[in-house]
Amino acid sequence: MLDKLQNSRNGLGLLFMLPAAVLLLLFLTYPLGLGVWLGFTDAKVGRSGEWIGLENYEFLWGDSVTRLALFNTLFYTTVASVLKFGLGLWLALLLNRNIRFKTFFRAVILLPYIVPTALSAIAFWWIYDSQFSIISWALVKMGLIDGYIDFLGTPWNARFAVIAANVWRGVPFVAITLLAGLQTISPSYYEASAIDGATRWQQFRHVTLPLLTPIIAVVMTFSVLFTFTDFQLIYVITRGGPLNATHLMATLAFQRAINGGALGEGAAIAIAMVPFLLACIMFSFFGLQRRKWQQGGADK
Amino acid sequence: MSSQLNRRKFLEGSAGVAATTLGATAAVFAPAVQAQTLTLKPEKGAKLRVLRWSRFVQGDIDAYMINVKKFTDKTGIEVRVDNEGWEDVRPKAAVAANTGAGPDIILSTNDDANLYPDKLLDVTDVAEYLGKKYGGWYPAGEAFNRPDGKKWIALPLGAAGSMMVYRESVLKSAGFDSFPKDTDNFLKMLKGVKEKGMPGGMALGNATGDGLWCNWLVWAFGGKLVDKDNKVVIDSAETMKALEYGKEMYANFIPGTLSWLDPNNNKAFLDGQISVTNNGISIYVAAKNNSDPKVKEMAADIQHASFPIGPVGVPTESHLYFNQMIMKYTKVPQAAKEFLRFMMEQEQFDPWLTGAQGYVAPPLAAYAKSAIWTADPKNTPYRDAVKNLRPAGYAGKLGYASAGAAADFIVVNMVAEAVSGSKTPKEAMERAQKRAERYYKV
Repeated sequence: MLDKLQNSRNGLGLLFMLPAAVLLLLFLTYPLGLGVWLGFTDAKVGRSGEWIGLENYEFLWGDSVTRLALFNTLFYTTVASVLKFGLGLWLALLLNRNIRFKTFFRAVILLPYIVPTALSAIAFWWIYDSQFSIISWALVKMGLIDGYIDFLGTPWNARFAVIAANVWRGVPFVAITLLAGLQTISPSYYEASAIDGATRWQQFRHVTLPLLTPIIAVVMTFSVLFTFTDFQLIYVITRGGPLNATHLMATLAFQRAINGGALGEGAAIAIAMVPFLLACIMFSFFGLQRRKWQQGGADK
Repeated sequence: MSSQLNRRKFLEGSAGVAATTLGATAAVFAPAVQAQTLTLKPEKGAKLRVLRWSRFVQGDIDAYMINVKKFTDKTGIEVRVDNEGWEDVRPKAAVAANTGAGPDIILSTNDDANLYPDKLLDVTDVAEYLGKKYGGWYPAGEAFNRPDGKKWIALPLGAAGSMMVYRESVLKSAGFDSFPKDTDNFLKMLKGVKEKGMPGGMALGNATGDGLWCNWLVWAFGGKLVDKDNKVVIDSAETMKALEYGKEMYANFIPGTLSWLDPNNNKAFLDGQISVTNNGISIYVAAKNNSDPKVKEMAADIQHASFPIGPVGVPTESHLYFNQMIMKYTKVPQAAKEFLRFMMEQEQFDPWLTGAQGYVAPPLAAYAKSAIWTADPKNTPYRDAVKNLRPAGYAGKLGYASAGAAADFIVVNMVAEAVSGSKTPKEAMERAQKRAERYYKV
């Protein structure tokens, strides 16, 4: 039996895949399945629920706080991702050049990513404090403003404040990954294009960007996924306030399910995020990774 | 994180005061304490696991662990105590209740016991014994832990009072020799201290503890989230009056309170930026124990008062309430009951109250006589937190709906929307009504 297994490619293949499969089933498929199931029930903490069909989703559709959280999440993800991409690419291009202390800067750039999110969130909480903000303090001392800025006290200020914190934290991931991508591009392309008389912009547009697109697709997919599902920054800095202006789907799901005890409803909010995340993954894999797009062509 | 008992540290600390005054307190309690008997037979070889909220002041956990050690010495029952931040206890307790495994005893907050009453051990015998012995439980304890008026599903432990904390000198300079007792004068005082350059400020962000003042505001004017039949009635003329009053309060607050979470008012107060706020006794304790002489000096100027009484004419306070739950799945119910009984007896409970430095108000009338409430007159207002407390789900029944509505900050959001002008009071009330109706399933 053992000999037979040892000589069977398929048998061994299955055997070696088994640990990974068990892990995936146990820690990914089962919780996801349970979450989907809970979303269709009225489960509460300490009480298993009964099947109620789409009732949770129907309520959430009409619930102003959930709608606001959906808007906040889309806004937060879009603005933060665009900024992270722009700044990340810019930093990667800078770090790819022969500048002094290149290694030092490459290491430093990772710092925001290394610091635990909860800690950097606390730092931002102080930075944005309505009474102790160092930004406000500095601006007042410089005579540029009269009173402290209410960073977290008005809905739009708060939205942009948490986006800034998210961008600060997320840029290194984008920058370093794109830098790795840039380094895989052979210098001969640049030499050839320079001989052909290409300008720096043309080199970027027709050499760098097309060759970097597969990496951009992957890194931005991950970045969007992380941003869409962000929890810690919001939970520490605003708890979703003021007036629920910074509640994201993830923080609202937690608030309703755990603090509020409505497990079914919380699960439904969390599961409602899945279609958005799937759409994002689909766009990345079937869009950005297409050869034609990467080479500057369009679908016919 | 398991707590380790450190007797030396305890005796050096403030809780040591309790140990030295034990003899004296026995005499103080004598008239209030009625002889009672309760025989519990702890299971042989029993071991207990207790999950409690993490201390707010060090003296609390020191004194608690001294009592735990006394219990172990007396009964031979080992007790392991785990601490979690109070907001993390709810999910852990819920998982324990759900799965039927975990700590034998959980010290939880607010409506927790009402979320899974059928998963909790009936503690009526212990509750009745303690109630009769120590002058009776305050009504809030019954509302939280004896929901059907018959069976006790948990034992009250007390409440962390959220009282008015103010700077005496600033109030005096504004023409107030004492803290206003009614809402009209309270508003005048807020205007006065603002004119003196040190305004008041109370949290309007999603602050779980310090946002409770919004309940007081609504109740003070006769508004309430639900009536006694759990019908949502927040959209009312009374709530409207409360919100109009709140608008005037907010106009005199320091800027930025819309974003305030629980720690913000402590920081602003200790920094001398605000003269009035609502808080536990922690601001005063922090000032008293501060190494900065300027802040230490402030402690002498800090005073505490009950919330002013509104047009309804009775106290309408909202505080963080603590339950003691024994989980039904425990294999040692008698030992668990004996532990709770032991911890609530005067010999243990009084030193614990003292150790907590006034942070926890007692649920039993006799403990209002505890020396801690008069040892420092500034502690006294915190004494009656349970006595004057209304559950957040007032005037309805507690359970998933009340817990959910409170956790979703429906009242806090309504007040914040209305007072800040982002919505009219009417719009804010209508929104709150709709949100609450979902929880109370209309």
